[in-house]
Amino acid sequence: MSDAPGSNLKYVSRKRRVREDKRFVAGTATFAQDVNLPNMLHCAVVQSPYPRANILSIDASEALAMAGVRYVLTGDEFRAHADDMKFGLNTPQVKWYPLAVDLTRYAGEWVAVVVADDPYVAEDAAELVDVDYDPLEPIIDPEDAYVETDRLVHPAHGSNVLYDGHFYWGPVEEDFAAADDSLSYRVRWGRSSTVPIETFGVVARWDDAVDILDVWASIQMPNYVELLSSTLRLPLNSVRLHQDVDVGGSYGVKRGIKHSVIVGYLSRKLRAPLRLIEDRLVNMASGDAHGPDRIFDTQVAFNNDGKILSLKIRALDDAGAYPSRAPFQLAKPISAIVGPYKINSVQYDAISVTTNKTGQVPVRGFGQSPTNYMIETAVDKVAAHLGMDRVEVRRRNFINHDEFPYQIPSGSKYDSGDYHTVLQKALDTAQYDELVKRRDTARAAGRLAGIGVATCLEPGGGNNIFEYLMNPSAEITTFSEGCEIRVDPDGLITGIMGSTTSGQGHETLVATIIGEDLGFDPDDIRVVHADSLNAPITRSPVASRMAIMLGSSAAGAAQKIIDKVMAIAAHNLDRPSDELEYADGTVFDRSDPGRALSWKELCFIAHKAYHKMPEGMEPGLQAQYVFQVPGGGQLPDEHQRVQIYPCFSFQSHIPYVEIDPGTGHVSILDYVIAHDCGTMINPDIVRGMVIGGLAHGIGAALYEKFAYRPDGQFESATFADYLMPSVYEIPMVKDVDHCTPSPLTSHGQKGSGEGGYLGAPAAIAGAVNDALSPLGVSIHELPMRSHLIEGLIHAKKASQ
Amino acid sequence: MNAMDISVTVNGRVIRDSVIPRMSLLDFLRDRAGLTGTHMGCEHGVCGACSVIFEGVPIRSCSVLAVQANNKEVMTVEGLSNDDGSTGILQDAFRDAHAMQCGYCIPGMLVASHALLESNPNPDLDDIKEAIGGNICRCTGYIQIIEAIQLAADRMTEAKT
Repeated sequence: MSDAPGSNLKYVSRKRRVREDKRFVAGTATFAQDVNLPNMLHCAVVQSPYPRANILSIDASEALAMAGVRYVLTGDEFRAHADDMKFGLNTPQVKWYPLAVDLTRYAGEWVAVVVADDPYVAEDAAELVDVDYDPLEPIIDPEDAYVETDRLVHPAHGSNVLYDGHFYWGPVEEDFAAADDSLSYRVRWGRSSTVPIETFGVVARWDDAVDILDVWASIQMPNYVELLSSTLRLPLNSVRLHQDVDVGGSYGVKRGIKHSVIVGYLSRKLRAPLRLIEDRLVNMASGDAHGPDRIFDTQVAFNNDGKILSLKIRALDDAGAYPSRAPFQLAKPISAIVGPYKINSVQYDAISVTTNKTGQVPVRGFGQSPTNYMIETAVDKVAAHLGMDRVEVRRRNFINHDEFPYQIPSGSKYDSGDYHTVLQKALDTAQYDELVKRRDTARAAGRLAGIGVATCLEPGGGNNIFEYLMNPSAEITTFSEGCEIRVDPDGLITGIMGSTTSGQGHETLVATIIGEDLGFDPDDIRVVHADSLNAPITRSPVASRMAIMLGSSAAGAAQKIIDKVMAIAAHNLDRPSDELEYADGTVFDRSDPGRALSWKELCFIAHKAYHKMPEGMEPGLQAQYVFQVPGGGQLPDEHQRVQIYPCFSFQSHIPYVEIDPGTGHVSILDYVIAHDCGTMINPDIVRGMVIGGLAHGIGAALYEKFAYRPDGQFESATFADYLMPSVYEIPMVKDVDHCTPSPLTSHGQKGSGEGGYLGAPAAIAGAVNDALSPLGVSIHELPMRSHLIEGLIHAKKASQ
Repeated sequence: MNAMDISVTVNGRVIRDSVIPRMSLLDFLRDRAGLTGTHMGCEHGVCGACSVIFEGVPIRSCSVLAVQANNKEVMTVEGLSNDDGSTGILQDAFRDAHAMQCGYCIPGMLVASHALLESNPNPDLDDIKEAIGGNICRCTGYIQIIEAIQLAADRMTEAKT
């Protein structure tokens, strides 16, 4: 079922307040660090100053002698009582413990945890833990790590290579041989992340009386409860995650599993509730929340008319010391490996290496943003090489609106799209011809001015089969999401979801869809985040999936409610249900609308009047629905082709920049985004996601970098070193929407959380290189910091 | 370290407590006054999540000691709500513009915006950018926050006429 906007929808796609916002403006939201339990103890971590060192001894006696200090936990003790944290790759000798055992693997790695009555005392005592290290030479550069045989991050693993996979989809060599031309290039995506303003925090309390570990955490992660319980060797149903905790930003990175197993272990050991809140320095250096750090070497084959035939891609990603699920960020891009273009064949070499750096986690887009930067660079390069317009080359390669569903070489069937129209909307909004004149006028006046044109596909709602592609022992072919609706005897409606929320507005999503489908004002519908022992199935709000998956499951549950009241009505009105109609809670006879049962009557019967129920019907009025990922559920074929994500949103970005030739500073003066995520459930939420993602993209393109010295010391532990966009760095973005409904979801909706971040780095890189093009120089690494651009400009001028 | 007795007026309520001299005002507000609306972001004065109004001026509560607030007046985000618990014009404007996502930085944004509108009822875009230029938001990209502040200014002006 699909509804184009502007049809008879009452609540979906309408501008309505986002219900979550009230508690945020009132200051009454409950974040993990607002959870304050009686007699709660506090943790502080002891960090390794060396990127790679043998731990010779740990002496905690002085710390333990301090008043108020309760305990000091080391890696040895943890390993003796718990397992290593598993992360999905088939690398059994890469052991990840929350505290270093024998060997430290990056500067800042946690070596011990101090527990005290008071957080100030815990931090004081952490400085008194005396660790004796034998420093070793680290391995920092990812290309070096790939071939290194001696300096191994995980010696038992036998190399620094975590994954080295090769994919061939379609006749790559034939297409290269047949093409008029080809070119090759390297681009580098720098190590950055989305760095939420809330650091990671977790509170745990073990209750002996019920054998339950209660956890409150600022978490956004599938498999969190599974990993927590298995690491601590607890039954899965002994962990209760309180999913009503508000998460202060995540964008993929709030994955504090190591923090959580520590407090989980200690709360059992010490029979006390514990809290561990990262301070900012710990968060940056050792929260294990860095993002992709990727080198692409790409060859592109094309014809003289601008048609791109084939790609050969080598992607080398630096996962850091403990990779979590980071290597899988090389696999999501497989689902859109040709972007929105009709490219016939692709070779993809995906390599993940480990180095002596902070661990990497999934970041917004799960690896798709670096890949999109690489793809869009290819299109710009082809256009420049042929002397063609960048817009025209894109148009010539786009999949046409009438070609959907469209299967790409790696197996994905794109559900729907209208790329030509969305790009045209962006061009119209940007007044592209005028923009070109403005750029040329600026250039004539001696300024460095440039326009970027980039597009991106946002795969949403994936089924986890990427894990199988990289580790065939993981036969996981679904990634479902559930929702439950309970209607009480008064007829009031409650939607029940699992999962925490970190700003996506899931309560609004559920209320809007239930309200739409059942015909009730969403403001009258309660929505709760049940804890993990009570909630329907959830795989968490990753993969741009909640509008698709949670939204469709809410609609599925609503349909079950309708089916049930229709059956009750048919029984009581003595009419076959196909002659009855449901509208806004009432069921009536289509040919005799006065013959009807009201919502109140239906709810009373369901809850109280069993004698009026159809024979054998379950009492009450409640329904749970678990939505399966559309088009999924299959293993890859013999050519490793598979459907990973069902829905594909699309955006076009057009920024206008000017560069100060003296400093290399890039000013983004204007920015247009046209976006198409199918039906928007709440337009304000979509707009916020689009522009917020764009802001992350500006950070990744121009400013944000976790920098390391060649000796492995970390240089970006504060907000004075790791630069993020303030209001001054974000232009007054103009956004325009378009709707190509997905045929696969309840209301035609697709994902919208990632597109801004997927398109912006590519677009800004295109604009910067357009601005630099009159000088004959270009830059192919992110972030494009001022000093790099200034260096290029001055080297060019010096050579002239 | 010896504890010191302090008396701080927070949102009009006098709070007397005994604190160690190194306790930050942020920790005092959250852990002693029980006002958890003020948030810890960076603890080095960059992000603005912990902003509060101190003697009429927006400051970073992570970088001020609780003892410095002795006999002073502080207003936190909780002080923006009406006495009956309903939200005020500025808060409602943030809701109507959906000027937030995760909400974590929003108390700081509201405090900074409140200070702006108290001193400048008709701010232009530059004024707004200057007021929130020291507050980092990672979710919104700021546009809807700017729109919310403009909306609040318009509504406040309208309410006065």
